[in-house]
Amino acid sequence: MVQGPQPAPPRPSAPSPIAASKPAPTPANVAPRTDGRRAVSSVRSAGPTVPAEDVTGAQSIVRSLEEAGVEVVFGIPGGAILPTYDPLMDSTRLRHILVRHEQGGGHAASGYAHATGRVGVTMATSGPGATNLVTPIADANMDSIPLVAITGQVGASAIGTDAFQEADIVGITLPITKHNFLVTDPDEIPRVIAEAFHIAQTGRPGPVLVDIAKSAMQSRTSFSWPQEMQLPGYHPVTKPHSKQIKEAARLLATARRPVLYVGGGTIRANASEELRRLVDASGAPAVTTLMARGALPDSHPQNLGMPGMHGTVPAVAALQKADLIISLGARFDDRVTGKLSSFAPHATIVHADIDPAEIGKNREVDVPIVGDLKEVLADLLPELEREHSVQGKPDLGAWWHQIDDWRETYPLGYSEPDDGHLAPQHVISRLGQISGPDSIYVAGVGQHQMWAAQFIRYEHPKTWLNSGGLGTMGYSIPAAMGAKVGQPDKTVWAIDGDGCFQMTNQELATCTINEIPIKVALINNSSLGMVRQWQTLFYESRYSNTDLHTGHGTRRVPDFVKLADAYGCEGIRVERADEIDAAIHRAMEIDDRPVVIDFNVSRDAMVWPMVAAGVSNDDIQYARGISPAWERED
Amino acid sequence: MSRHTLSVLVENKPGVLTRVAGLFARRAFNIHSLAVGPTEHEEISRITVVVDVEQNPLEQVTKQLNKLVNVIKIVELDAGASVQRELMLVKVRADGANRTGVLEVVELFRAKVVDVVPDAVTIEATGNPDKLAALLGALEPYGVREIVKSGTVAIGRGSRSITDRALERIARSA
Repeated sequence: MVQGPQPAPPRPSAPSPIAASKPAPTPANVAPRTDGRRAVSSVRSAGPTVPAEDVTGAQSIVRSLEEAGVEVVFGIPGGAILPTYDPLMDSTRLRHILVRHEQGGGHAASGYAHATGRVGVTMATSGPGATNLVTPIADANMDSIPLVAITGQVGASAIGTDAFQEADIVGITLPITKHNFLVTDPDEIPRVIAEAFHIAQTGRPGPVLVDIAKSAMQSRTSFSWPQEMQLPGYHPVTKPHSKQIKEAARLLATARRPVLYVGGGTIRANASEELRRLVDASGAPAVTTLMARGALPDSHPQNLGMPGMHGTVPAVAALQKADLIISLGARFDDRVTGKLSSFAPHATIVHADIDPAEIGKNREVDVPIVGDLKEVLADLLPELEREHSVQGKPDLGAWWHQIDDWRETYPLGYSEPDDGHLAPQHVISRLGQISGPDSIYVAGVGQHQMWAAQFIRYEHPKTWLNSGGLGTMGYSIPAAMGAKVGQPDKTVWAIDGDGCFQMTNQELATCTINEIPIKVALINNSSLGMVRQWQTLFYESRYSNTDLHTGHGTRRVPDFVKLADAYGCEGIRVERADEIDAAIHRAMEIDDRPVVIDFNVSRDAMVWPMVAAGVSNDDIQYARGISPAWERED
Repeated sequence: MSRHTLSVLVENKPGVLTRVAGLFARRAFNIHSLAVGPTEHEEISRITVVVDVEQNPLEQVTKQLNKLVNVIKIVELDAGASVQRELMLVKVRADGANRTGVLEVVELFRAKVVDVVPDAVTIEATGNPDKLAALLGALEPYGVREIVKSGTVAIGRGSRSITDRALERIARSA
C-alpha cells in the first residue's frame, strides 16, 4: 500500500519511483483492488506505523498534523475550531503560535515555508477567521508556496443555513488554492490531511485548504497512520523528456546570444547547485527574477540581476536582444515581459517548468520541458557538455562585450535626494552590507521591495522573501516572523514600508510574546511610495490619497518608535545619514526582543530603472527621461 | 474560433462540476455547452464540454483542467471520429387544424411525440446540433411555445472506451 508522507519532508532530492514514472493516473476506487495495486504517488516510504487509536475528530486532526511532520502551527482559535484547540494544548510535538490576526497566521506560515522549504501550516476558525485567510492563501498560490490551512466549519447539519460564523470557504478559496477539501466525516480526517500535505508540497507547490466541520471534530473516530491516499487525478510529472533536453542542450551550445531566465521555481526545486553548474558550463548570462533573487549568487559574474519592470538595464536588454532564452521555473509574467508582443522578439524559447500549464501560457514556446527543475538541470548539464565536446564551446565573446558595455554604462544607482532626507536606497544598501548575505530579508510590497531586490546582494537561495505574484502589502512582518521561527539561528530583517507596516504590525505582539526577535527596517517615506511614484510620473504629481503622515515634519500618526515600545520592541529612529550604520549595528546586537528602526527617508526617491506598465521593454528608462540608446539591430 | 468537444473524466465527488465550470469562467474560456453524468464506473463521472476556442487557448484549457486534482483524464473528441448528440424537448402549438402538419415534421425527423393536449404537442428529438436546428426551423411556422435542450454528449466511434484506457494506464503504472 502507498502511504502518506511521514514525516512531511522537504522536496526530495531524488524522485520517488512512482512520482518519477510517467503520469500515473490512479482512480483510487476504480482500479481493481484484488492485487493490491493502487493509486497514489507517495513522496516517501512510510515511517513507523501508528496502529488505530480511538480518538475524537479533533484529536485526529492534531495526531494527523503530528504524523505529517508538522512542528509549528500559526493560528488563532474561535468557535468552530475550538474542539481542535483542546487536544492541541496537550501536544508535545506541535508548537502553536498564537497570532493576532488570521492574515498574519497565513503569511507567517508562508514565510516559514519559503525560508525552510517545508510546508507551512495555519489554523483558523470558520466564517471571518477563514475569510481572513483569503489574502495569504491567494498570495501563496501566486508564489507557489506549500501551505496547508486548516479551518473549522460550522457543524455538518448547519452547513448551508447561514449559521453563525458560516462562510463557504471551500467555495471562496476554490480559485486560489491548489486544491481544497470539506470534511464532514471524521473518519476522513487523517487521509485528507495526508493528501493535503502531499498536494501542497509535490509538483508545483501551493496552498491547500482543509475545512473541517465542528461536528466531525466532536465525533468519535479512529486514527491511524500512514494513510492510503486517494488521488487518482493527481500525478505531477517530475522527470523531463530526454528528447527535449537534448534539443535544449543543442540550442544552448549553438546560440550566439543566449540568456538563462531564472525564476522562483529554481528555489522551490532546491536546484541552485545545479543551476550554478549550468551557468558555469554554458558561459551564458543569467537573469534572476524577483522570485529568484539568491537562486544564483549576485557575486557570480554571469548574473545580470533582476529583469522586468524595475530590472537592471543589462538584464532587460539581454532578454530583449537574446537569440535564445532558456526559462527555468519562470512564467513570463507581465512584470517581466512588459508588452508581450514586443518581448524578446528574436529569441527561440526553451521553457522548463514543473507546471505544464505555464508552458506556452503567455509566450509561445519552441522547446517545452515539463519537469522538476532539479532533474531538468541535472539532465541538461551532461547533454550540454556532450554538445560542447562535439562542436566546441560557443564563442560568446561578442555577446559578453555587448552586455559588459551595458553593465558599464547603466549600473544600478541612485541620486541623493535634494530635500536633505535619507536616500532609501542607501539605507537598504547599508543594511545588506552590514547584515550580510547569510541574513534573511523579507520585504513588503512597493518601492522598498524593489530597492531591497535591487540593492541587497543575495548569495543564497531562500534568503529573499517577498510577495511577488499577488503583491500583498502587509506580507513582511508576519512572513519575517514565520521565517525566523523556521530559521531561528539566522538574522531575519523585515524591510517594510510605512504603508505596509500599518496593515499587519500587530504581529509584533506575537513576536515579542513568543520570543521571535525579528528586526524591522521601516523605510518610512510618510506615503504610499510606489503609488506616489506613479502619481508623479503618470498623474501630473497629483497626490491623491497617498500621504500617510508618519514621517519627518508630520504629526507622526502613529509614531513608530512609540508603537515599537508599546509592543515591547526596541524602537530606533534614524533621520540622518550618519546614524544609519550605528542603528543597524545596534539592532544586530539586540537578540532578546524585536527591533524596529524607523528610517525617515525622502518621499521623492523613485525606483529606477523602470519599464512603464504596458509598454515594450525596449522603452526602459534608466532614470527619469533617460533611455538607453540601443545599437541598431544587426 | 473553432468548436471543440472535450470529454473530461472526473472523480464522482461533490463540487467537481463547480471546479470545472469555475475554471472556465475564471480563465475566460467560453463554454458552448456542458453535460455531466455518471459512467460505467460509479466512481467516475463524465463531463462533456463544448468550447469555442482557437487551438492555442484550447491547449491551455486542457492543461488547466488537468491541473484540477479531481480531473482524471481529458480527451478531445473529433466530430468525424465520434458520435455527438443533444436531446431536445419542444412544445409546439397544434390544434385540429395543423396537427397533421406537425406530426409530419415529427415523422420526417424521426422525432417522437411525448405529450399531447388539445392545443399542443410536446416533441422529443435527439440528434446532432444541426439536425435539431433543422427540426426547430420546420416547427417554427406552427408556433414554438417552449424549448429545452441538453448539452451535447459525445462518445468515440469504435470498440474502445476512454474510461478503460484510463484504467489500463493506471494498471500499467501501478
